[in-house]
Amino acid sequence: MSDLLRRLPLALGVLVAALLPLLATDFWLQAGLFAMAAVVGAIGLTLLVGVAGQLSLGHAFFAALGAYTYAWTAGEIGGRAAGLGLPPVLALVLAGVVAALAGALFSPISGRLRGIYLGLATVGLVFLARHLMVNLETVTGGFNGRTVAPFAVPGFSFSNSDPDYVAVAGVEFEGLHRLWYLFLAVVLLAAWLGRNLKASRTGRALANVRDSEAAAAAMGVHVARAKVTAFVLSSAYAGIAGALMALAYGRIAPDLFGLQLSIDFLIMIVLGGVGSIAGAAAGATFVVLLPLVLVQYSSELPFLASPGSGGLEAATLARLLYAAAIIAVLLFLRGGLAGAASRLRHRRDHSPPDTGGPPPVPPPDSTDPAPAHPGVPPRSKETTS
Amino acid sequence: MSYFLTQLANGLSYGLILGLIAVGFVIVFTSTGVLNFAHGSVLLTGAYLVAVLQDPIGFWAAVLVGIAGAALLGVLINAVLVRNLAEANPGTAAILMLGVDILLLTELTRRIGNRVLPIGAPWGADVVTFGGITLPTSRAIAAGLAVVVFGVLWFLFARTGAGVAMRAAAADGDTASLMGIRLTRTGAAGWALAGALAAIAGIFLASFPSPGIAPTLALTAFAAIPAWVLGGFDSVVGAIVGGLIIGVVTALAVGYESDLHFLGRGLGEVVPYAVMILVLLVRPSGLFGRQEAVRV
Repeated sequence: MSDLLRRLPLALGVLVAALLPLLATDFWLQAGLFAMAAVVGAIGLTLLVGVAGQLSLGHAFFAALGAYTYAWTAGEIGGRAAGLGLPPVLALVLAGVVAALAGALFSPISGRLRGIYLGLATVGLVFLARHLMVNLETVTGGFNGRTVAPFAVPGFSFSNSDPDYVAVAGVEFEGLHRLWYLFLAVVLLAAWLGRNLKASRTGRALANVRDSEAAAAAMGVHVARAKVTAFVLSSAYAGIAGALMALAYGRIAPDLFGLQLSIDFLIMIVLGGVGSIAGAAAGATFVVLLPLVLVQYSSELPFLASPGSGGLEAATLARLLYAAAIIAVLLFLRGGLAGAASRLRHRRDHSPPDTGGPPPVPPPDSTDPAPAHPGVPPRSKETTS
Repeated sequence: MSYFLTQLANGLSYGLILGLIAVGFVIVFTSTGVLNFAHGSVLLTGAYLVAVLQDPIGFWAAVLVGIAGAALLGVLINAVLVRNLAEANPGTAAILMLGVDILLLTELTRRIGNRVLPIGAPWGADVVTFGGITLPTSRAIAAGLAVVVFGVLWFLFARTGAGVAMRAAAADGDTASLMGIRLTRTGAAGWALAGALAAIAGIFLASFPSPGIAPTLALTAFAAIPAWVLGGFDSVVGAIVGGLIIGVVTALAVGYESDLHFLGRGLGEVVPYAVMILVLLVRPSGLFGRQEAVRV
């Protein structure tokens, strides 16, 4: 019963997401596509940062790689930018595979550096990506970018044509509607795989490495290999996310994959709560929707100025709110949204019953035996050697 | 030959400015364990104060205010935000600084807009020529000043009690704390120093190559990240050497871009990061970094 209850929010969420295209306007559909693409990338990053404890600011590189791999391999042969004319399904898979391979190539660094040190090293990848995107013009279309072939399976295209008219419950299903379900399927698959990974032998090994590399090594975990595994998996997620972004935009250019995208990915997972898949999804949705919604509805908010008039613009307000949100979460909300949610659940499940049942669970700190000397930290760096 | 020497001098002077920024990264990192991603906006804040105040109170007074302002901003970020983190660890602190950077940069961008604010430095856009080498005056002064600043830093860290306390705190915070060193003070001193160094670097970067202050100036701090990383994360000397390497490599890549066109356009932007990745492949903890000892 409680198991069913626990799954209820997820089931409701999926139901709402599945029914939304019947009601939503094109603006909300488009925004939803961007959000779902980001969710996939955020899940990948939360596996790396939250589960394995490695920081990455290079996810824009892997997203770019995925996006351009999809656009190139699925692109028309003989178009303005080069294409291989492969089936889009294969191209989508290749986007993940190529990004994973690039992640593996980075393994001499990702296997040896730890945590924030890796985060700094990966900054370099973003600038490398930009250089490649601007200069490999035949494949990427250079500074102006290139168009992206629509996704299709044999006999059905996820665009406005072929079949020209599909309707469900009287709502015409155009490209945006069709892509919505493709994206939803990918998001669910990504979340399911991520959840299973966290619960698997590999996931426990990664968490062990995060908590203590030495302890993990003593338990027989190959530390460098575990770190590389996390990095490669995370890169593959980012590659798929990039391909989805390419599909959502319909046209990609180097500016989409700057350092800002890497930072956005990180902030998404921190807002949601590092290591939590639901949190990553919530954070990604917030970060993507905030600027889109503010700009879309700026004319209805009286305190916002129109662009160029010198007052507070919607885009500026979105940036300020975004930065304030991340600072507030880091200062006041331990564990992000997911942490807050689990504390709420905990409190509800353990609220003291009237019948004089067991007392509420004390906070974990007070269960530790008090140190003999209160002024001395209970654990030094070298407790045993 | 004189072209090469000019590029080399250009690179060395640029490298010394990068060194000023990179040393700030090191000092903040060793004194409080924070990757200061807001360093760029602190730098921009200092330079912005100079540009706004140079008209009413004169350039030199504005420089003092700018340096003090950037130092104060660093101290405030540390005292108000970093020390109040719900979960204090390097990862969350780094992400906090990303948030602070966005906040500061958005506000400064809103204030500056599309303008380029003149910095009003007395040396303007002059150049000096010496033995066939042509160098912008601002770069020459910056190089000289940077060397003086590094000398002062050496004196501070090697010969004064406060500096030794900072080094002790960086080497082992717990032990230093037991010895009576107040980590809150060494932390604040680190942030103040870093802010001041950033402001100095910002003033010189705003006089050349750009004629004034635009929001893109904050990105220059990112150019100092490769210098910091390849020098080792916790070594002041490493940061200076890293700055010189990155400065020279960047200047040569830009100066000889026409001969290197097979590597693509805009080489100057990517070369620092390429060098950083290459060095990390060979030496994961940088050129001068301490190998982290793992104890159980």
